[in-house]
Formats: sequence, C-alpha cells, structure tokens
Amino acid sequence: MKRYQNIMGGLLGVLCATGAAHAATLTIATVNNPDMLQMQKLSPQFTKETGIKLHWVVLPENTLRQRVTTDIATNSGNFDVVTVGTYEVPIWAKSHWLDPMTGLPASYDVKDIFPSVRKGLSYKGMLYALPFYAESSVTYYRTDLFKKAGITMPKHPTYKQIAEYAAKINDPAKGVYGICLRGLPGWGENMAYIDTLVNTYGGRWFDMKWQPKLDSAAWKNAVTFYVNLEKKYGPPNATSNGFTENLALFSQGKCGMWIDSTVAAGTLWDPKTSKVAHDVGMVDAPVAVTPKGAHWLWAWSLAIPKSTRKEADAKKFLEWATSKQYLALAGKTFGWVQTPPGTRISTYDNPNYLKAAPFAKMVKHAILTADPNDPTLKKVPYVGVQFVAIPQFEGIGTEVGQQIAAVLAGQKSVEAALKQAQSSTARTMKEAGYH
Amino acid sequence: MKPSISSRVIFGVLAWIAALVMFFPILWMLITAFKTEGQAIAIPPLLIFPPTFESFLAATNNAGYILFAINSVVVSIGSTVLAIAIAFPAAYALAFFPGKRTEFTLMWMLSTKMLPAVGVLMPIYLGLKEAGLLDTRIGLVGIDTLMNLPIVVWMLYSFFKEIPGEILEAARVDGIGPRKQMVHLLLPLSGPGIASTALLSVILSWNEAFWSINVTASRAGTLAAYIARFSAPEGLFWAKLSAASVLAVAPILVFGSLTQRRLVRGLTFGAVK
Repeated sequence: MKRYQNIMGGLLGVLCATGAAHAATLTIATVNNPDMLQMQKLSPQFTKETGIKLHWVVLPENTLRQRVTTDIATNSGNFDVVTVGTYEVPIWAKSHWLDPMTGLPASYDVKDIFPSVRKGLSYKGMLYALPFYAESSVTYYRTDLFKKAGITMPKHPTYKQIAEYAAKINDPAKGVYGICLRGLPGWGENMAYIDTLVNTYGGRWFDMKWQPKLDSAAWKNAVTFYVNLEKKYGPPNATSNGFTENLALFSQGKCGMWIDSTVAAGTLWDPKTSKVAHDVGMVDAPVAVTPKGAHWLWAWSLAIPKSTRKEADAKKFLEWATSKQYLALAGKTFGWVQTPPGTRISTYDNPNYLKAAPFAKMVKHAILTADPNDPTLKKVPYVGVQFVAIPQFEGIGTEVGQQIAAVLAGQKSVEAALKQAQSSTARTMKEAGYH
Repeated sequence: MKPSISSRVIFGVLAWIAALVMFFPILWMLITAFKTEGQAIAIPPLLIFPPTFESFLAATNNAGYILFAINSVVVSIGSTVLAIAIAFPAAYALAFFPGKRTEFTLMWMLSTKMLPAVGVLMPIYLGLKEAGLLDTRIGLVGIDTLMNLPIVVWMLYSFFKEIPGEILEAARVDGIGPRKQMVHLLLPLSGPGIASTALLSVILSWNEAFWSINVTASRAGTLAAYIARFSAPEGLFWAKLSAASVLAVAPILVFGSLTQRRLVRGLTFGAVK
C-alpha cells in the first residue's frame, strides 16, 4: 500500500512542479502572418536592448480574436500586447479595453505613419494602436495574357471593363479562368471583397438610423454582377476559394485577373512561390458608380490591453516593433522587399525599398486613398470600408456571406438571398438595441 | 461454413479501399510536409518531387515544439492517471453494488459529453482564473480529467461487469474490505481493461484542442495549440502546417500502433459472449 501512496505522491509532486512560477516577461498574442513571423525572429534584438523577455502566443485569426476578447473581458491579464486589426480598434477602444497611445516620444515620429492608417486606428481622435503593417485591395492581372489578347489594362479600370477583359482572356480548356474572386463565406472572406463592390455600386450596410439597406438596388446590382462574373469566368467551386486558395490559383497561372489584398504582391512577384512572377501587373481596384469605398484598408497593429499589469514594458515593445528603425532592421535582415508595408511614409521614400518592390507606389496610392471614415456614397453612421465596426458585424457579415455563397452555388436567387439577408440583419440589429 | 474465395476477395478489396480512404488525409499530410510552400500549392498536385525538410525546420524553429510536446505528455498522462484513480472506485460501486439509480447515474454521466464545450467556457474560464490556474498544466490536467471521466467510468464499468461477482463475494465472506478487494482482486483481474481504458484516455487527451487553445497562453499549451499556430490568414502555410501536424501526431501514432493489439482487445472485450 505504501508503494501506491509513494507513486501517487510523486505524481502529484510532478504535477505541482509543472505549474511552478515563471520569470516576468511580456506575453504577446499574434497571428501567423509572414510579417509577424519576422517580428518573432527579430525580437532577440529587443531583448538585447531592453532586457525584457518575450513570450509569443500564435493563433489563427478568429481564434485570436475570441481568445483575446475572453481575456480582456474577464480582466485575466494573460496578454501584455495584442495584435488587432482596424475592425477591433474602434470597438475595443469604445469599451475601454485598450490603453490609448499617448506620450509617444518625438523620435518615434508618429506623423510619419500614413494619415489614413492613423485614422483607422483611432477612436474619437485618440490613437489606440500602432500599425505593424497595412494593406489595401488592388487588381492583379496577367500581363502576358493581356498582351496576347491585345488589351491594355488601364490604371483605373471600371467594373464594366473588368467584365469585358474577363470574357476575352477566359480559356478554361487551357486551365485559365478570366477572373478569380473570393467565394468562401465569412465576414473577412467573401464579404471583405463584396463590401467594396457594394460600396462602389453606391450601396451601404445601414442608413443613418441603423436600418439595414441590403434590399436596395445597389446591393442587388452589385451581387448580380459578382455572381454573373464569377459563374461565367471564374474557377469551378468558387465558394471554396478564400484569399489563400486564390493566391495559390493566381500564382500557379490559373487566373487572368484577381481583385484582392496588396499583401499578395510579395508572393506573386517572388519566382520561388509564383510561376507567373514575371507576368504580373497591378492596377487600382475597379470602380462602378463611385470611387468611394472601392478598395479597403486594413492594418494589423499592436495594442496594449487594459488588463495587463506591465503597461510601461509593453509600450516599449510597441514603439520598437513599429519604429522606423525596426523597418530598416527588417529590410536589412530579410531583404528590402520583405519590409512590413503600408505604415510609414518614410518607407516609400526609401530608394532601397522602391527598387526592391516594383508595386510600392501602387500600394501607397491605394492605402492613402482608402478612407474608413467616409466609405460610401451616401452617409453612414459607421466606420469601415470592408466591415462595419460594431461587435455584431462578425455574425451579420458571416450570415450575409453565406447567403451570397448560396447564390454563387446556384442554390438561391439574388432576390431571395438579399431578402433573407435584410430580414436577419434587421432582426440582429433590433435585438442588439439599435432601434 | 467457410466463406467462398470470391467473397473473401471482394471483402478484402472493400476493406483495403475503406482503409485507404480513411488513411488518405494522413498520407497527404505526410507528403505535403516534405514539400516547399510553392510545391504544396501546385496545380495539379505534385506526387513526385524532390523532398525537403525545409517545412520541418520552419515548424520547429522558434516555435517551441519541445515545450508543447512535454505539455502534451504531462497533461495526457496526468489526466489519465487522475481519471482512472477517480473512476476505478466509482465503477466498482456501480458494477458490484447496483441500485435503483445506477443506470440513471451512468446515463447522466454520459449525457455531460453531449454538451458543447463552448457552452461552459465562461464558467470554467472564470473558475480557473480565480484559482490562478489559467495557462497552467494543472488546470488543463483537471479539465481533461473531467472531460474523460464519463468515458473512463463507462469503460471500467463494462469491464467490471465481465468479472464474476462471486469472486468478490467470496472475498467479502472472508472478511476482506472494499479497498483490499479493489487492490488485490479487481486490479489484477481487470488489467487488460484498465490498460485499454488508459490508452484511450491518453489518446483523447492528446487530441483535445478546444480547451488547450482557450485556457492556455504561452506556458501550458499542448501540441493541439502548437498546430493552431501554423494556420495563417495571409501568405502560404500548407507545407508548414502539414509538417507541424506530422510532428504533433507522430508520437501518438507510434504509441497507438505499438499498443494497437491491446487497445483493440480491450475495446472488443465483452463484445461477444
């Protein structure tokens, strides 16, 4: 019997020891994007300079959002720095979940950050996060296919032109589809693109009284155009294709055009990952009725949750990771084309970067002209180009995304899907107390 | 009567097809793990390619694989030992001293498995926070123990039902108490049953992802949390994700195949009377 007691005692001892105390460090919650991985690789430099050790918690985007929300809402203090996007910042700042970014030193040069990005990360004029890298949306196209078809892609294409070009270069027999667009349902997947399409068709999610406007002519025109274009000239089973799948399709030479995030440029122009690295062109995202909201703005950023007990150290890290010095360090270490894009004006004045990134000027133009505070033709009460910065939008956006995916899959008509989308959105907004 | 050769061949072929269909995702994961990111997204998919360890290097570089693997071992073994220690006397009481409510109790225990885990996320999260057990292996051991307890009780109960009650009755006549009955009679008699229960509990705990991701941060995550790090919203990640998955499932696959005979024997124990 004694032997059993000893075994049990030993096991308990091991269990207790495994949960033992640990050294004070910063815990950073982040996503597994290539730029974030670079940050992890360069972080020993920060530890060397400050003596502050770093622990990383890397999670898929939606899990991260849920995990961090739970942590901040319960004031658990598991994370000292969190990775947030332009969607969360206004919502979390309103809930007093984030520390404002005040008292930044002059050497940080906050005015060097693109004004549109600063605006996107502010709430009531106060900055709540520092941008790590930013993106917009553009049109990618195959220069070789366009040349062969005798078409010249204008710098500022219209959706009418895009439909014409898609018809001309569509050649499924040779495995080339006229255009690839996101079809995978989700507020951050198909809806991110469709929101920009609806915006440029003159539509909006809500009027100034928070009444949904999904049954408007603008939504109907935009969704009808999207479904027809993708059905006629898109790859089969498009409802399975999100950003990653389309990136794979385009880089393997299967798409004539693709309207999506500027972050794809690095992969598409790299011969190691792209078969069409020498035949890619980039122009503005297309426009239909209005240029307003035709391309999005997103900035992966770092913020300090209110629940942390290490604000001062966390702020030191934020300043380091989003500084000009960090961008130069990343450029020198990984090559200038790998520098986190879209955050600082000085990056786009750097001759090394401009030489390495042929798409730099286009990206700068797209980011500078995207305005999350004025995203639609008619006035709206919300912030956000490809999202609506309210907590309910994750649910609403995904539900509407599923309705539109059902249309693309041929299970529903555009009218039926938008009618359903309108009523479910109205119900959610009523339940949330907007009217 | 022996089945004819032709029916044996047909069943054999069907069994092979079913096995290949089930094994295909694992095989594809293994193949993808040895590709570069560029090869992983190739259309049509590549079957012949120069294999590379690039993705394995990327998956282990800076990702703290060893810490996650140690956590997985500690949590799965710790929770299994604890679950069996609690379930053993419970199953003993339920199997050998059945009462009016025994069946109800067993069904009630199993019904807790039908509740979606996310439904109790908040109370458990807050409970762990108050107890200072967030992001600790002890907290995760506790959760996994509770999670596997109904299955462990059920399995031990069904094994105990196979043991003739007369043996324990004879011991009781000789004045042997419940504790000695359990240790000196039940434990040796139900050895294979306990072993297969433990194996299943270890496997379930090893594969548990929801709690491992939601109640840990940087210190106590298991290999399930390690895999989750490699899914990215941007950029290419299929090869690295496959390599990470291979590294995470390899130990339990090896463990499972080494103990397969015992596991199958335990699972079918008492199935045919």
